[in-house]
Amino acid sequence: MIWSVRRELWENRSVYAAPMIVAGVIALASIGAVRHNLQPNSLASHCELVAGVLMGTTLLVAIFYCLDALYGERRDRSVLFWKSMPVSDSTVVLSKMIIPMVILPVVTFLITIATQLIMLLITSAYLSMHGQSAAALWTLPWLRMTAGLFHHLITVHSLYYAPIFGWLLLVSAWAKRLPFLWAFLPLAAIGVIEKIVFNTQLFAGMLSSRISGGMDMDPAKESRMMMPWPSHPLEFLSKPGLWIGLALAAIFVAGAVRLRRYRDPI
Amino acid sequence: MAVIEARGIRKAFGTTVALDGVDLNIEEGRIVGLIGPNGAGKTTALNAILGLTPYQGQLTVLGRDPWTARAELMRDVAYIADVAVLPRWIRVSHLLDYAGGVHRQFDRAKAEGFLAKTSIRRDAKVRELSKGMVTQLHLALVMAIDARLLVLDEPTLGLDILYRKQFYDSLLNDYFDQSRTILVTTHQVEEIQDVLTDVVFIHRGRIVFGSSMEQFESRYLEVVVPPDRVAAARALRPIYERPVLGRTIFLMDGADRQQLAALGEVRKPSLADLFVAVMEAQ
Repeated sequence: MIWSVRRELWENRSVYAAPMIVAGVIALASIGAVRHNLQPNSLASHCELVAGVLMGTTLLVAIFYCLDALYGERRDRSVLFWKSMPVSDSTVVLSKMIIPMVILPVVTFLITIATQLIMLLITSAYLSMHGQSAAALWTLPWLRMTAGLFHHLITVHSLYYAPIFGWLLLVSAWAKRLPFLWAFLPLAAIGVIEKIVFNTQLFAGMLSSRISGGMDMDPAKESRMMMPWPSHPLEFLSKPGLWIGLALAAIFVAGAVRLRRYRDPI
Repeated sequence: MAVIEARGIRKAFGTTVALDGVDLNIEEGRIVGLIGPNGAGKTTALNAILGLTPYQGQLTVLGRDPWTARAELMRDVAYIADVAVLPRWIRVSHLLDYAGGVHRQFDRAKAEGFLAKTSIRRDAKVRELSKGMVTQLHLALVMAIDARLLVLDEPTLGLDILYRKQFYDSLLNDYFDQSRTILVTTHQVEEIQDVLTDVVFIHRGRIVFGSSMEQFESRYLEVVVPPDRVAAARALRPIYERPVLGRTIFLMDGADRQQLAALGEVRKPSLADLFVAVMEAQ
């Protein structure tokens, strides 16, 4: 399993390269924008922005990764080589699920923390060069923000998004061509048909709540600090949406394993 | 002990029947050529043996059911599909790392030894290698796996003659021994004639001929007959005849050598000639 995951990282360097490039650009930009970060509040909100941008980046990486994961190996016929190794289809598919569910959240977390630290250091250096104290910046609740980010990544980007990744892998294992369209058009079609036939938008609502994290946060509680450590860190476990999503993800992954067994190279 | 035992294997894609009741028995220590025209079912048969496709009928490979136990089976089976299946993005060193990581029977030092005889760099990516080098790499990888059965599906397709010859030479000299079994399909029948111990012809999803090479050589003879003796030769019931430069070459099954010598020059037939004869008889 470890080797299967490593092999995924060898193939898909964008898993860590893309967020690192984005983080590098942000870090550079923050040198230029250092004057705007002098106040603790503005630095904090910029740090949140960094976290948001990096999460968006890795989500995109995850989507494209999943869509190509079981499609690309059939297209270039390398699936015949992988199948000549004593590695079961379930090991392969699970290792491909580990990338978006474990590796990418961890990568996002580490890179975000590193970038925020760089921004903090740059701003502190700037302040001390100008003879001012940077102490106020360091008294921000960094630990709570970091823990909150970690919590958000695990609950939303890993567990809550699991059925999305599973669905993309399933389509990737099934499609003979254009996996991207096959992944998104049927969902859009269901939404449109539902709207026409029943004049409801349950399916669309379900999808958008899934994508927005489905944690239906109380908007009043949402301060500028978007991801504080939640007051009830394990509350998400009691949401049926989580378990329904995980069950769906398991079905999709099982389907992808089965398809990988049956499907010939394209 | 039989390495591959197949009884009545059937496989259809929609209305196209790819395998129509294949019976096959391959013993340990043999090098078997599975030969057939395009679309005869060669690759489908190999896919069934390798657990890549479901089938009807009874099939055991090294005592296992390939469809339900592919991953376990691949510990003892190595496989080269054709020259294009190594992932193009992977580095040679990573490929060795991976094989060493997932394959208990993979001997990295052995693979490095084979690679040292080639000009393949460890830090090269597969996409940077020529077609011939990719085959050398795949062969080095596979020969370093201590497998009991090696399956080769058109392994030298699209390679020039030097690489093709080298391929079978190193297979015989550095890999094959009595405890291993090799099953190979190819179009280039002439090239593997001297490599094989057994030959099987497949046509329209059925096995139409099977023989050991010793049997083949003692049973079939070819005689080159001038025009005035053609009638006499036909009387001996040749299984195939073809005109060449004013004379006629007859392929004889189980004829007496002395008797043939009276008709013209007697030669050892090539597998390709027998193949054509068997296919035309179908």
